[in-house]
Amino acid sequence: MLRDITIGQYYPADSVLHSLDPRVKLFATLVFIITLFGANNIFLFAFVLVTLIGIIKLSHVPFSFMVRGLRAIVVLLVIAGLFNMFLTPGRELVRFGFLKITDVGLKNAVLMTSRMVLLIIGTSVMTLTTTPNQLTDGLEKSFGFLKKVGVSVHEIALMMSIALRFIPILVEETDKIMKAQMARGADFESGNIFQKAKNMVPLLVPLFVSAFRRANDLSYAMEARCYNGGEGRTKMRPLKYSSLDQRAYICIFTYIILFYAVKFVM
Amino acid sequence: MAANENVLIMDHVSYKYSPGTAYEVTALDDVSLTIKEGEFIGIIGHTGSGKSTLVQHLNGLMKATEGHVYFNGQDIYDKDYNMKNLRTQVGMVFQYPEHQLFETTVFEDVKFGPKNQGLSEEDQIKRAYEALELVKLPEEFFLASPFELSGGQKRRAAIAGVIAMKPSVLILDEPTAGLDPKGRDDVLSLISEMHEKRGDTVILVSHSMEDVANYVDRIIVMDTGKPVYDGTPSQVFANYKELEQMGLAAPAVTYVMNDLKDAGLDVATTATTVFEARDEILRMLNK
Repeated sequence: MLRDITIGQYYPADSVLHSLDPRVKLFATLVFIITLFGANNIFLFAFVLVTLIGIIKLSHVPFSFMVRGLRAIVVLLVIAGLFNMFLTPGRELVRFGFLKITDVGLKNAVLMTSRMVLLIIGTSVMTLTTTPNQLTDGLEKSFGFLKKVGVSVHEIALMMSIALRFIPILVEETDKIMKAQMARGADFESGNIFQKAKNMVPLLVPLFVSAFRRANDLSYAMEARCYNGGEGRTKMRPLKYSSLDQRAYICIFTYIILFYAVKFVM
Repeated sequence: MAANENVLIMDHVSYKYSPGTAYEVTALDDVSLTIKEGEFIGIIGHTGSGKSTLVQHLNGLMKATEGHVYFNGQDIYDKDYNMKNLRTQVGMVFQYPEHQLFETTVFEDVKFGPKNQGLSEEDQIKRAYEALELVKLPEEFFLASPFELSGGQKRRAAIAGVIAMKPSVLILDEPTAGLDPKGRDDVLSLISEMHEKRGDTVILVSHSMEDVANYVDRIIVMDTGKPVYDGTPSQVFANYKELEQMGLAAPAVTYVMNDLKDAGLDVATTATTVFEARDEILRMLNK
């Protein structure tokens, strides 16, 4: 069950998207998010949707894999959708007791939930096609200018890559601990919320112990290899733009121009 | 229950990880096995051969993608089957004791299993005490934090935590991993002693032939998700050349006896322990 967590997961495949420079993908994701929330009519929305479908096709990642990330937020989506549907003022369509569905509410609910779904899928396309290492390299380089105002970009990027790297390890560890405790009759599913929280103790204690031990081991391993921050550190594979990346940038800018052209004409 | 009754039956069990994705791995490939009451079984295979996956099917922690598992004649995948009861009947000790120790004291930790069984406080204490006696953990550690114990002691505490539930089948997944030679021998002879005392079914998972050869009466060798050999230690070790190709090795005595035979001496090569080998060589010399 825990294997279904796909946040930050990488899916190995051989595609154009996998071989792009992470900076391009970060920029594209940013553009995607801005245009997604700027799309205020059905045509613009369809435009964004079609682009996303095209990108998914290019990524060679099975579609079922991307939708998996949605499972975790289904509840959130439903709640947000319902609140929008019932609590937005406007022309009344249907009424159940004190709850009423309005035209604006219905429109907002549909728009909100589909935006969130696309947002999750769009961002997971990036993480699925970019290794955590590439991603942090890309972030470090893209936000490098912040170093001048005293932000320790390297340290933050490193923390992020360690955190991402540890997600699958801790997920696996959680799975093992759950099994070990279930073998002793532990129950993680039934009971009310307080009992459930109490039942988590046999899971959380070994998990924390092991996480601290791992963190400690990692810090020793880094010190043993003379790690002392980002100052003067060189990379084995420095990020370099290729002609593929240039073409990708041209595509992104064409997309932006098309999007705003349609937006102002409509 | 009559002796030699089939306790656990695996009927054409297959298991795939992440089916339908690039990560798909077949961990078990059409496995059929029967395990009889009172047997002491060793399951051997190198890393990734599916041995841990196999035993996790026996107490329902993993659900087969295909096939069925029967415990005492009942299909454990039946809808109204009591999984929790099965897990107390088929006790499982995992590789790392760190994965299950969580309480403030060793004693409290061992009580966790009996507590989940719904026993009274009095019975919980009795069970925990008996279990800790059985694994021979010195009494001064009963009230110590489980995190202060040494590797071997942690292992004992973890085993106690499972046998406190009085399972009729005990599964141990790599109980000797990470222990020094003395700790390893201690834990293995402890398991063997407990088996003799309690007469239960014991399944020992290991990647080391030497570990199990001295103790078990049946060996199952796993390779790429399938049982390839299944028999008494001497039957299995007769295939020592094939075992080598799988990245496993027969016990050193098997090699010695085979070398002696190749050198023209009239010895049987079925010895699996040093003592059997000694007797066989003496027999040959006295002839």
